[in-house]
Amino acid sequence: MLPVLRILLRRLGISAVVLVGVSMLIFAIARVIPGDPARIALGPSASAEQVTALRAEMHLDEPLVAQYGHFVSDVLRGDLGQSLYTNRPVTRDIAEFLPATLELVIFAGILMVALGLPLGILAARHRGRWPDHLIRVLTLLTVSAPSFVWAVILMLLFAFYLPLFPVAGRISDIYEIERVTGFLTVDTLLAGNFAAFADALHHLVLPAVALALSGIGQAARLTRANMVETYQKPYIEMAQAYGFFPSRIARSYAFKPSLIPSLTIIGLDFAAMLGNAFLVEAVFAWPGLSRYGVNVILRKDLNAIMGTVLIIALTFLIVNIIVDLLIAFLNPRIRHSTRAAS
Amino acid sequence: MIRSLRIIAANPLSLTGLILVLLVVLAAALAPWIAPFPTHNGAIVDFAYANQAPNARNWMGTDLVGRDIFSRILYAYQISLLLGVVVLAIATPIGTVVGLLAGYLGGWAEAVLMRIVDIFLSIPPLVLAIAVMGVLEPTLTNAMIAVTAMWWPWYARLVYSIARSEREEGYVLAAEVIGAPTAHIAFREILPNCLPAIITKMTLDMGFVIIIASSLSFLGLGVQPPTPDLGSMVAEGARYLPDSWWLTVFPGLAILLAVFGFNLLGDGLRDVLGVDE
Repeated sequence: MLPVLRILLRRLGISAVVLVGVSMLIFAIARVIPGDPARIALGPSASAEQVTALRAEMHLDEPLVAQYGHFVSDVLRGDLGQSLYTNRPVTRDIAEFLPATLELVIFAGILMVALGLPLGILAARHRGRWPDHLIRVLTLLTVSAPSFVWAVILMLLFAFYLPLFPVAGRISDIYEIERVTGFLTVDTLLAGNFAAFADALHHLVLPAVALALSGIGQAARLTRANMVETYQKPYIEMAQAYGFFPSRIARSYAFKPSLIPSLTIIGLDFAAMLGNAFLVEAVFAWPGLSRYGVNVILRKDLNAIMGTVLIIALTFLIVNIIVDLLIAFLNPRIRHSTRAAS
Repeated sequence: MIRSLRIIAANPLSLTGLILVLLVVLAAALAPWIAPFPTHNGAIVDFAYANQAPNARNWMGTDLVGRDIFSRILYAYQISLLLGVVVLAIATPIGTVVGLLAGYLGGWAEAVLMRIVDIFLSIPPLVLAIAVMGVLEPTLTNAMIAVTAMWWPWYARLVYSIARSEREEGYVLAAEVIGAPTAHIAFREILPNCLPAIITKMTLDMGFVIIIASSLSFLGLGVQPPTPDLGSMVAEGARYLPDSWWLTVFPGLAILLAVFGFNLLGDGLRDVLGVDE
């Protein structure tokens, strides 16, 4: 069997186990809620009969194991229940708000890789000299503040004092874009409306940078550390002895082995960004999962809380599988190995 | 200890970190004495001075009900540091024991414990904390519980990876050969070799706990008013940008300053203790 395929199967197996665990964890968290979810749903004015009826409907009168069974079978059928906050199926709410969040996180992820890796390489190539020190201080600074602080600072500087970017929202009101994927940068292109595409991109810049800043710092620091380690390998010394240009050594010899450990961390940072998106969305009034998530939490909307966390965990697992496959694809020792890679 | 301090002091970046950390700790410890308005940490209003830009009386301005922002930041540092210390004091031992057992024992212990760790690590940390806070009442104690719940798996993973490579070392084999008990090998032989990495991570994590805790209170899921908290101060002020910029900028910079200090110091410790990134 192809090694990459074997890794995919192995990862899918592990992910299935993890997903079962996540579902138990989420279920456990949801059951710690103080108070009766049925009573919370109906409000203080409902009669005792109504509450009893809803308890039966929500399976709250059954043993915990049976409740978990109902939860799992519902989830497997794609039914996350009804949101008490919006009175709509949770899946519909998530389908509405998730694309905006994913669009933001994906753009931030692109920024993280596109800026973090080159900065790390630059620092490693000038190790111990001023570019290295400068990058070290800058990257430490970017990881030293939560993304909502960066969001506020960027907004003040580049939306208010220098009005280069819009203050809030995903796109200007003048554009009416038919919703296909929910990703505005994709939908505007599908509609062939390039002005709207540019406008959506323009709205994305500040939130994406605010979200990406700490990831950029982490990616750069890690890439630098890995590159420095690679530079001490004998084969690099030999390339230097041959008199190859430093840029060629960096590009063709030192970069790829250093990239592989960085990718794992980039996967983890992507997860962190799914959480931090909550903070950035709040500052930039970005209509993503954040406002929905915070609202359902404040209202103790059980189904919606469980659904949101489950979807985020699922997204994260998928990203990690992709990262693992990418690593397998980049690493010839795994790509061509005949033994299962660990 | 003295030697380590000397190495840290020799590096300007680490020294800056040490000074920043000391400043923040002193500011928190001495808040009641050095705050210009020590009563402003509570539910107090002084509308005569409401929403003032920074001036000679209020160096960082006042909030919407007239409380001195500089004083409130000093008190907010108390909460942040307390939260960081408590979370790490609980999460580090739990994660260390789990990681040690999984890494040294291997086999079933490894499979079960690390799978549990994987489950925790597969929910983005902040989302897990938000979910836990969602079902608990937003108080300081519960915020500590939520952050601890998401923190221990990272220590488990760190200690696990070290313990797994250490268990192949000669000194572990030697201890096994003379029949040392498992607990002795795990805690007296392997654990000391994990300590430099744990100490470095704890220093860096003081900063990250402050970030996560302020993020929770920024979303309204952490410490509740009138207790001053850097995250909720930023959240309150964000609605009044750009006019009342001091409401958000100073608490935001206060977070940056403290976390930057711990990061610089942790970075320096990493070099002193010879820990890999």
